[in-house]
Amino acid sequence: MSEPIIRVEQLTCAYGPVTVLRDVSFSVQAGEVFVILGGSGCGKSTLLRHLIGLERPAAGRIWLDGAELTASEGAARQALMRGFGVAYQSGALFGSLSVLENVLLPLNEFTSLDPAARELVARLKLRQVGLENYADYMPAALSGGMQKRAAIARALALDPRILFLDEPSAGLDPVTGAELDALIKRLAGTLGLTFVVVTHELASIFAIADRALMLDKSAQGMIALDTPQQLRDHPPSAPVRRFFHRETA
Amino acid sequence: MTATLTLRDDTLLLSGRLDATGCAAIWPAARSSAATTVDASAVDYCDGAGIALLFELSQRGIRIDGLSDGYAAMLQALRPDQPLAQRATARRAGWIEVLGRVSARTLASVQDRIAFLGGITVAARSLLLSPQRFRYAATLDVAGRAGADALPIVGLISFLLGVILAFQSAIPMKQFGAELFVANLVGLGLVRELSPLMTAVLLAGRTGAAFAAELGTMKTNQEIDALTTMGLDPMRFLVLPRLVAVTLMTPLLTVLAEVIGLFGGGLVLLTLDIPLKTAFSQAAQTVALTDYVGGLFKAAVFGFGIAAIGCWRGLRTGSGAQAVGDAATSAVVTSLVFLVVSDGLFALAYYYLGW
Ligand SMILES: Nc1ncnc2c1ncn2[C@@H]1O[C@H](COP(=O)(O)OP(=O)(O)OP(=O)(O)O)[C@@H](O)[C@H]1O
Ligand SMILES: [Mg+2]
Repeated sequence: MSEPIIRVEQLTCAYGPVTVLRDVSFSVQAGEVFVILGGSGCGKSTLLRHLIGLERPAAGRIWLDGAELTASEGAARQALMRGFGVAYQSGALFGSLSVLENVLLPLNEFTSLDPAARELVARLKLRQVGLENYADYMPAALSGGMQKRAAIARALALDPRILFLDEPSAGLDPVTGAELDALIKRLAGTLGLTFVVVTHELASIFAIADRALMLDKSAQGMIALDTPQQLRDHPPSAPVRRFFHRETA
Repeated sequence: MTATLTLRDDTLLLSGRLDATGCAAIWPAARSSAATTVDASAVDYCDGAGIALLFELSQRGIRIDGLSDGYAAMLQALRPDQPLAQRATARRAGWIEVLGRVSARTLASVQDRIAFLGGITVAARSLLLSPQRFRYAATLDVAGRAGADALPIVGLISFLLGVILAFQSAIPMKQFGAELFVANLVGLGLVRELSPLMTAVLLAGRTGAAFAAELGTMKTNQEIDALTTMGLDPMRFLVLPRLVAVTLMTPLLTVLAEVIGLFGGGLVLLTLDIPLKTAFSQAAQTVALTDYVGGLFKAAVFGFGIAAIGCWRGLRTGSGAQAVGDAATSAVVTSLVFLVVSDGLFALAYYYLGW
């Protein structure tokens, strides 16, 4: 097996005195679609924020693409952070820019394509997420699900090697969600992009995930890491079984 | 390895890495070529930028050959046979239309201001009818932030104002040996005009802008909608406490500004060998009760206006971070205009009242 593109060792995440996650370790291979699961408030977004360098871990180390994120500072850290795309749970579109300009922003900043070519790339990203006809809308004039899709288009703009998506299909109808899943699969398969996706949708998990990491609030950490089929058919613990079989406690 | 492009007969040979960097180099040549076919069999990587290039070529009716299955599927998923939506071109409006739009907007804005004042009145009436529903704790909290927290800056500015006023007037007065009358000038100037105005200007910058930003952010976060659907009137819940707090705090801050300003002026007179006691009694002789009460009443009206304008701008915020900034800016600007205009009206009114 080659060197993993993401490696996390003994990661502990805390907000001040409150520890959210303890001793999380895993690695993700290039081209893999890696899903993070768990109940609401168990720390999925927190883990994601640590992986993309927005929060400093209380303990533990994170490597991205061979470089240690937790040990890099200043310009090196910025260069590392530029190497991936993120779609936040809330969308986080720039409210003063139109949808098209939101997607164009990374293309303008980081590519040397001419303006017409950049605009074509951006419009195709919007076609991919079904927002082609909303290019000139301001984010505030979009529905919640549309904002989400615009955020995904922006994250995809540069086809970065690693993509972090926080609940991309939340708020999407099943058809659009399935199209998004197909897009993720295609990009991972053809371009070898790596995806780290937080999601609750069982259908989506089985459609895209190569492996799934499950977090748990009471365990304050990871309770399972395997393929979704394996987790469903041979759940290692009660919380995992409940999640995959939709049972109540 | 980067991307290359060669034209053989009417076939465009693409090879190498079609990523953003590679495409940037070959895109202009590809755009201007007259090829009818593309041979992409030597392409070994092709991301979104490369697919966009192939998309553009196939939109021009050029056939794409030899693309590996995965990339061909990516291209097909983008439906290259269907044209892309284009940027809508804005229609230029004629001057009559512009004039009409501006007038309609101005009229609507005036109507909106009147409606807002009406809303305040209605909320105030319900407050008088059921005073137990008034949000006293919230009002105290606003009073603390708008009033008590503003003490240091109001104190500092007033002190300097007193010093400057006394110092500037002492120079010409001294030529006539009339240094003592500096106390009259400072006393009247501060009590009738400068203390209320300066305090209000500071509050407009501090509190008016804060109200606009606060309510504007709540508006963009749909918090105002949440209040409304819970049956809580934003007027009663948010605006009224702010109005009451600032209307009461501004006169109090003005009193403080007057005392500190007089003290500053007194210190300057002390350097001219006029004792503080003499200076103060001189000032007290000139400043009548009507001057004092008139100044404080003015301050209360200023405070009311600043709070109302801040809340109004906040509640009318558009969406997005920029809109919140705009709301705060326009709250300050509108407040300053309001202060100057209403101060002029007060001067007229007091003149006719003989105050
Ligand atoms: N900025 C913060 N400061 C303090 N605690 C926080 C902060 N952000 C999150 N938390 C806490 O960390 C825990 C995990 O939050 P997180 O947002 O990671 O949950 P999540 O798994 O993404 O949930 P959801 O599925 O609802 O999005 C929660 O208990 C939350 O209260
Ligand atoms: Mg979350």
